[in-house]
Amino acid sequence: MRYGMAIDTKKCVGCSDCVVACQTENNVPHGYSRDWISETVEGTYPELALEIRSERCNHCDNTPCVRTCPTGASHVIEGGIVKVTHEECIGCGACIESCPYDARYFHPDGYVDKCTFCDHRIKNGQDPACVAVCPTHCMYFGDLDDPNSEVAKKIATRKTKVLAPEAGTKPQIFYLI
Amino acid sequence: MREEIITSGRMNPLIDPYLNAWHWQIPLYLFLGGLAAGLLFFAAYFIIAGKENKYQTTVKYGPIVALGAIVIGLLALVLDLKHPAYFWQLYTTIRLDSPMSWGAWVLLLTSAVSVVWIGSYLKEAFPKFGCKIGFMRKLLKIIIEEKDNNSWNWKFNWLQKFEKYAQDKRKAWAWVMVVLSVILGVYTGILLSAFNARPLWNTAILGPLFLTSGLSTGAAMLMIMTKNHIEKLAYSKIDLLLIIIELFFITHMFMGFLASSEVKVEAAHYFLGGAYTVTFWINVVILGLIIPAILEALELLKFKIPVIIPGLLILWGGMMFRFIMVDAGQVIRYLY
Repeated sequence: MRYGMAIDTKKCVGCSDCVVACQTENNVPHGYSRDWISETVEGTYPELALEIRSERCNHCDNTPCVRTCPTGASHVIEGGIVKVTHEECIGCGACIESCPYDARYFHPDGYVDKCTFCDHRIKNGQDPACVAVCPTHCMYFGDLDDPNSEVAKKIATRKTKVLAPEAGTKPQIFYLI
Repeated sequence: MREEIITSGRMNPLIDPYLNAWHWQIPLYLFLGGLAAGLLFFAAYFIIAGKENKYQTTVKYGPIVALGAIVIGLLALVLDLKHPAYFWQLYTTIRLDSPMSWGAWVLLLTSAVSVVWIGSYLKEAFPKFGCKIGFMRKLLKIIIEEKDNNSWNWKFNWLQKFEKYAQDKRKAWAWVMVVLSVILGVYTGILLSAFNARPLWNTAILGPLFLTSGLSTGAAMLMIMTKNHIEKLAYSKIDLLLIIIELFFITHMFMGFLASSEVKVEAAHYFLGGAYTVTFWINVVILGLIIPAILEALELLKFKIPVIIPGLLILWGGMMFRFIMVDAGQVIRYLY
């Protein structure tokens, strides 16, 4: 069992629906966000190429955030989901510094917060809020170890990339390009 | 041309527009930790070398300043936490993977050992009970009794016994402290270099570089503190050597960056023409290393140099080095 995501950059229009859905679903405090939209523009006018990505914690295989946590609050649960136990977090910021994706932030209540792949939803067989709400169906969530899952098929049949592979974190969110 | 922006308006405080999760507390603590490591290293080293009579200030008063530095550094660290009341959770686990966990434990052990050290020297360092401040006097009187000739002794028998034990086993304690102080000094660098997400920090040279810088600031502090001319001159020599090593490490660090991957080359350019060039080269290299090195060389050539000038410059350079590294390290990041 290894949860992961495939996000189709050819289908994403950058509407930010996933961002709002996550904020609502997870009660993210006002002014913060666990996921976000990035746009990369390459080339010079008129020869421009645009890529839009919905980004979040990559739930890496090699987790620098879990490694550097001094109290063990950051941990990996079944399915490779990286989570933070709020009661054990002292808010030292080591995990924030160790994330190449800047996916973690200080919750105003004094602990570090981040994307959980909506583990409370996937327990009930639902997709994470961001995936469920996407109007262009550009996101696929599921078990990467199961070759018959939609997400595994997409990754197998399409050209993919991950973000900052040179950081050595082995991210588990694949962008279809 | 390549441009990348976050269009959903993510503005997580302390993360955007660039990472700023660690403020003045961390570099101040790294500086004080390095300073303490240097002070304790020299105290322990001169005991092991059997030269404690020549280096009285180092062995008697150095560790007191070191303990003060550690305590202030720890307070800064606790202030940096977003949940300061939970700091004790650092001491409910030992995580060998996490540099911060190492640091928390090493700091605890080092302060404990330096308390023992200071205790064993307290009678020599302060032979007279001259405390004039009322409440301090009362506080001290709980464990100390004053004698007729203004000298003092511990009130409790077990404290006297412990003092005797610490004095007898001084060399053993010194070995423990040499090891601990080196770990503490290296750790201040490892804390940063363990972050593979921050290209500027992610270099193994940071450990030895911070250790050298810590030893150098420790020597500078002792140079200012001591009234003994021979001790002063010795630290001038030691500091000159440490500064040369440090300059070599800094050159080595940038050479390593320039010969590495794209992000590291970019990190080096922040210091070689980019935003941090002036701050870094003026404060750290020129004011903090080269000018004190010249002054110390002149002193060795028998010129009269007031020792406070190179001393303070070295301390300034050491502190600025940590502030600049922590700040720049958070600004320089991976782009994808």
